[in-house]
Amino acid sequence: MLLVLLLLPMCWAVEVKRPRGVSLTNHHFYDESKPFTCLDGSASVPFDQVNDDYCDCKDGSDEPGTAACPNGSFHCTNTGYKPLYISSRWVNDGVCDCCDGTDEYNSGIVCENTCKEKGRKERETLQQMAEVTREGFRLKKILIEDWKRAREEKQKKLTELQAGKKSLEDQVELLRTLKEEAEKPEKEAKDQHRKLWEEQLAASKAQREQELATSAFQELDDDMDGAVSVAELQTHPELDTDGDGALSEGEAQTLLGGDTQTDAASFSDRIWAAIRDKYRSEVLPTDLPSPSAPALTEPKEEQPLGPSQPAEEEDEEEEETEEEEGGEEGEDEDSQETPPPVVPPQTVSPTEEDKMPPYDEQTQAFINAAQEARNKFEEAERSLKDVEESIRNLEQEISFDFGPNGEFAYLYSQCYELTTNEYVYRLCPFKLVSQKPKLGGSPTSLGTWGSWAGPDHDKFSAMKYEQGTGCWQGPNRSTTVRLLCGKETVVTSTTEPSRCEYLMELMTPAACPEPPPEPPASGNRDEL
Amino acid sequence: MDAAEKISVEDEAVDKKIFKDCSKIAFYRRQKQRLSKKSTYRALLDSVTEGKESTRFQIINEAAKVPLLAEVYGIEGNIFRLKINEEAPLKPRYEVPDVLTSKPSTVRLISCSGDTGSLVLANGKGDLKCHITANPFKIDLVSEEEVVMSINSLGQLYFEQLQIPPKQSRATKENEEDTSDDTTQENQEELGLWEEKFRNFVDVKDNGPASIGLDFSLHGFEHVYGIPQHAESHQLKNTSDGDAYRLYNLDVYGYKIHDKMGIYGSVPYLLAHKLGRTLGIFWLNASETLVEINTEPAVKYALTQMGPVAAKEKGRSQTDVHWMSESGIIDVFLLTGPTPSDVFKQYSYLTGTQAMPPLFSLGYHQCRWNYKDEHDVKAVDAGFDEHDIPYDVMWLDIEHTEGKRYFTWDKKRFPNPKRMQELLRSKKRKLVVISDPHIKIDPDYLVYAKAKEQGFFVRNHEGGDFEGVCWPGLSSYLDFTSPKVREWYSSLFAFSVYQGSTDILYIWNDMNEPSVFRGPELTMQKNAIHHGNWEHRELHNIYGFYQQMATAEGLIQRSKGKERPFVLTRSFFAGSQKYGAVWTGDNTAEWSYLKISIPMLLTLSVTGISFCGADVGGFIGNPEAELLVRWYQAGAYQPFFRGHATKNTKRREPWLFGEEHTRLIQEAIRERYALLPYWYSLFYSAHVASQPVMRPLWVEFPDELETFSVEDEYMLGSALLVHPVTEPKATVVDVFLPGSSEVWYDSKTFAHWEGACTVKIPVALDTIPVFQRGGSVVPIKTTIGRSTGCMTDSPYGLWVALSTKGSAVGEFYLDDGHSFQYLHQKQFLHRKFSFTSGVLINSCADKRGHYPSKCVVEQILVLGLKKHPSSVTSHSPDGKAQPVAFTYCAKTSTLNLEKFSLNIGADWKVQIQ
Repeated sequence: MLLVLLLLPMCWAVEVKRPRGVSLTNHHFYDESKPFTCLDGSASVPFDQVNDDYCDCKDGSDEPGTAACPNGSFHCTNTGYKPLYISSRWVNDGVCDCCDGTDEYNSGIVCENTCKEKGRKERETLQQMAEVTREGFRLKKILIEDWKRAREEKQKKLTELQAGKKSLEDQVELLRTLKEEAEKPEKEAKDQHRKLWEEQLAASKAQREQELATSAFQELDDDMDGAVSVAELQTHPELDTDGDGALSEGEAQTLLGGDTQTDAASFSDRIWAAIRDKYRSEVLPTDLPSPSAPALTEPKEEQPLGPSQPAEEEDEEEEETEEEEGGEEGEDEDSQETPPPVVPPQTVSPTEEDKMPPYDEQTQAFINAAQEARNKFEEAERSLKDVEESIRNLEQEISFDFGPNGEFAYLYSQCYELTTNEYVYRLCPFKLVSQKPKLGGSPTSLGTWGSWAGPDHDKFSAMKYEQGTGCWQGPNRSTTVRLLCGKETVVTSTTEPSRCEYLMELMTPAACPEPPPEPPASGNRDEL
Repeated sequence: MDAAEKISVEDEAVDKKIFKDCSKIAFYRRQKQRLSKKSTYRALLDSVTEGKESTRFQIINEAAKVPLLAEVYGIEGNIFRLKINEEAPLKPRYEVPDVLTSKPSTVRLISCSGDTGSLVLANGKGDLKCHITANPFKIDLVSEEEVVMSINSLGQLYFEQLQIPPKQSRATKENEEDTSDDTTQENQEELGLWEEKFRNFVDVKDNGPASIGLDFSLHGFEHVYGIPQHAESHQLKNTSDGDAYRLYNLDVYGYKIHDKMGIYGSVPYLLAHKLGRTLGIFWLNASETLVEINTEPAVKYALTQMGPVAAKEKGRSQTDVHWMSESGIIDVFLLTGPTPSDVFKQYSYLTGTQAMPPLFSLGYHQCRWNYKDEHDVKAVDAGFDEHDIPYDVMWLDIEHTEGKRYFTWDKKRFPNPKRMQELLRSKKRKLVVISDPHIKIDPDYLVYAKAKEQGFFVRNHEGGDFEGVCWPGLSSYLDFTSPKVREWYSSLFAFSVYQGSTDILYIWNDMNEPSVFRGPELTMQKNAIHHGNWEHRELHNIYGFYQQMATAEGLIQRSKGKERPFVLTRSFFAGSQKYGAVWTGDNTAEWSYLKISIPMLLTLSVTGISFCGADVGGFIGNPEAELLVRWYQAGAYQPFFRGHATKNTKRREPWLFGEEHTRLIQEAIRERYALLPYWYSLFYSAHVASQPVMRPLWVEFPDELETFSVEDEYMLGSALLVHPVTEPKATVVDVFLPGSSEVWYDSKTFAHWEGACTVKIPVALDTIPVFQRGGSVVPIKTTIGRSTGCMTDSPYGLWVALSTKGSAVGEFYLDDGHSFQYLHQKQFLHRKFSFTSGVLINSCADKRGHYPSKCVVEQILVLGLKKHPSSVTSHSPDGKAQPVAFTYCAKTSTLNLEKFSLNIGADWKVQIQ
């Protein structure tokens, strides 16, 4: 609209006599031959009181050419440029407000008439703007067409995808069934295999225990009479039960189940279990394998030794992780205080029988078949997810408000950058705005897509991005993007008018209004 | 956001742990402890010698053994001065220089010895006497046979004489004596004699303890004022134990209100007022100072069981004031009044009057931390014109510089500062930029390099340059206490030196307490060393004063002595009024801070600093529209009128709060501009006659007890009573209109009330309750331009408000508004308007002045004219009589003279019949 007005030729060249500060349009209200009636009708004064530097009218209309009325307006003709109303309080205040200088006729300063020059510049600017608008609008129409087509294509693709999704879903269900079927024999075979191995393991353990008991018996049976007596037992004070450091006769007897001696069979059946943990072999000072040691482990996994070992190792792992995190944050001071006790992993290779033997051929075949079924199922499931994602994206894009004719659609999935002295600003329309220090460093979010934010009558002239990174002692960062008509799509400026509230300007053909019809080729436009 | 945040001290609320309370101040503890074991001083009156200027005698207390020297001076204008110092201190003790305008003229005191054991010193007329009692030592100030003040009557005289530092062998000695010293050591810590700890700071005191103290009993006084700066009520409160008023200049971001902690500036000057007499006590000491106040109100006869005589004794109220300082000497001036106006004159005789501000500085100032770049400045400047709001000065905070290097410009944001200033100049506006005392340590920064080379920085205890963190990071601090440093600093403002400066650029000194981010209590270590080898502790409170002094001098010098400077300072001391304006620092956008601005400014005003203001809108936080509007309305009627906001606040230029609020703010600022002739005349009166611009009611109504505690309203000069609205959603305010023989006129509605009553004034959001006192004439501008410079030639109006007797007087002052020609060439106009018996006369008030003005008085409004006049005639100097058109409104008893056009500087009269 503004543009239209500005382009209107101003071609009244005839000088009309009128009181100072009166516009041509109002000229007829000021008739020298009659008393002057205030424009608001509030009073009527003799005409010689017009511009007599005293305010008579409430609306200031009797003093259009002086500063006498606080609310009056002074009209500058500004021949060669645009006419202008200024506050009459600015008349003769020593500041040139009108380009023709008519507002300073009695303040002692001389104002240069700059209207011609300003008019020339203005015309140039207007011409440029008109050119930009024309070209921009042409591009905009293309953008609209492009989006129409693209939208249809996307709609088509969406339909396809939705159809495809159906069959994919069916396929996934089928594969799920196949997978479950293949997993059944797999499980049975594996269970069977494990059970066998466990039984084997238990048997060999019992045998080892028996051997131990036998050798202990032989050790204890000092007189080799085939029986262990109280006295023989007493040679092992570590078997003390009341904690006084010595194995009394009574204690020994109790150990022997109230008898004075025991033979090999009952020793291994009844007594060994009670004393094995304390018993120290006379030949081998090494610890005996504990019966409570973890027996069952998956094959291939390394077997840690000792009952307290696993817990310790967990601790260590945790501490290591903490240290790593600390290191990343650069807070490595504390970590030096308590270095974790570095325990070298005591990987004693487990005895052969602790390892589960490999699966037999049959079982392995079941496992392979099940794995194949699983892979197929998962692959199908992934494809389904991909399709669903594509559908969601397409639906979102198609339903997005890209302006009255979808002219802004082309900005979707694009990003534009502006580099300033300190930062690189990045605008990905309808998604986010960010700011990254030029000299490296991580980006700061200046907001994610919120809504169109232009005034009611021009909603698509601005975008709002909200909920960016929080400001130190301030609000979350947010950005308003003003859209300006331009031939190209480019971010032209970024400012921060209020702390953490950014303002960005994006030039785009999509913001170009429809230009007025081409002016007649040789219009008289000199008077602007 | 930029790096400044990282070193910011911003905390929305004050962390009071950063600052000391009395219990953490060693000299306070020492004085309290010592005074509990009384050991009184006596005067050795046989030692009296009468010098040319003073009467000297020794005083001694049995514990100290070494006598002190007391000197009593009589000073012109009914002032006494008492100095107490060591007779022969180990080394000289600090005596505050540069505060007294010149050496005060002494008057000879006549000693008329009283009884034995006393000495009486009287002034020439004999109506004022110092009655000195020998044992215990006491001085009574007697005025016309009435004892108005007693000194040391409570025996709180305290003087730590300088001692030889405990030998370095102390440590070994302690070792020898083994455990026996444990308690002593603890005691040492408690007493903080040679070392004082606070948080993780240790103050090592090479000079040891040197504190002083003295008490003053004010007889019959219940109302005391002064000793700024505190965010407290105007009338000083009784101090409870450990809660003395503290005078120690500190940077307290978002200071707490109703608190006696020390903030940015200090004036160690207290006023006392009672019916019939006003007194002043000026304690000239620049070290950390504490003031305790205890008022015992009068006991009414009816309440006492005692006999009438006893009751009478008891019936007298009294206020005891106890001053304690960390160091220096006792140097105290007793200002004897007797009227408030006399006390103001006496004080300004000592410390100087308010500098005459350039006219533009009484306009509205627009500030923000920070206007980002030249484009921003241009846009804000244009915003004022677009919304037709007058303003005079654009301000730039620290971000305008290259990395907080003062005297430089950020080349990216302000590539062409001169062009920017030309833009402002074209609208007759000005620019103020900040210049702080800390100088970034950067050898490539010329100011730093030069100062470093010449040894111009404050030194640390170890002898190197003091280094502390402030806005630029690690910085050194210029030693403004040195005349050479000040001279050099002043020279930096020369146009040829300060690149990008022009003659419309003025200066703002901030952070000059000095603020040191990681220092004890956010300031400088007390054992830093200044010029003359004085420790920082001796002169801490005067540091900022000196910076403003040097800045103002620099601005004068750059104009070759022709132009008046404008310098705003945050830190100040007694006498700072000579150099410019002061504001109340980092306040908060809350109603309570708007409200407290009034007593804070009243206190500054009565202690000599008339040009003072509070940041409009509140520096910290975001004011809602209503608060902002009310703050503009209040600020328009306060002397220094500047909108300011900290960095992390929302933009709040006047037009950002919707059309209605824009209009209200515009209206408030325009009221300010309309009243500028009155403001300027008031400042002239402050400048030449020492009368504050903003006055508490008790100053104008010293005989009306009800006015003594009022602090929600005040007088602007003697003509306007202002009661700003400081409550949200107010619909009515209770305005107290003092004076039983007064009549008051509402400045908008012209409604009038008899005085000595409280009236309920309905208020809308556009109401600023302002009342003109009957008997006054207020000059105004009838047309408001976009800046004061644009209004030079615009016409005047006169508001004539008639007293109950139908008369009125008022004054008007005018000069070129910017130069010293008013002083050197007497180029000024000082007029007097008087209205009696229906005749208004414009006459010359000071024949020495001449200043041609083409301005006319075009409108005269007479309020309180009971009878409809039949004719009005003007009589110009040539004797020509002319009828004047008028309208009379019987309902409001208002006469409006229109189409009037007589020169403001000419003798004329207007007759109303």
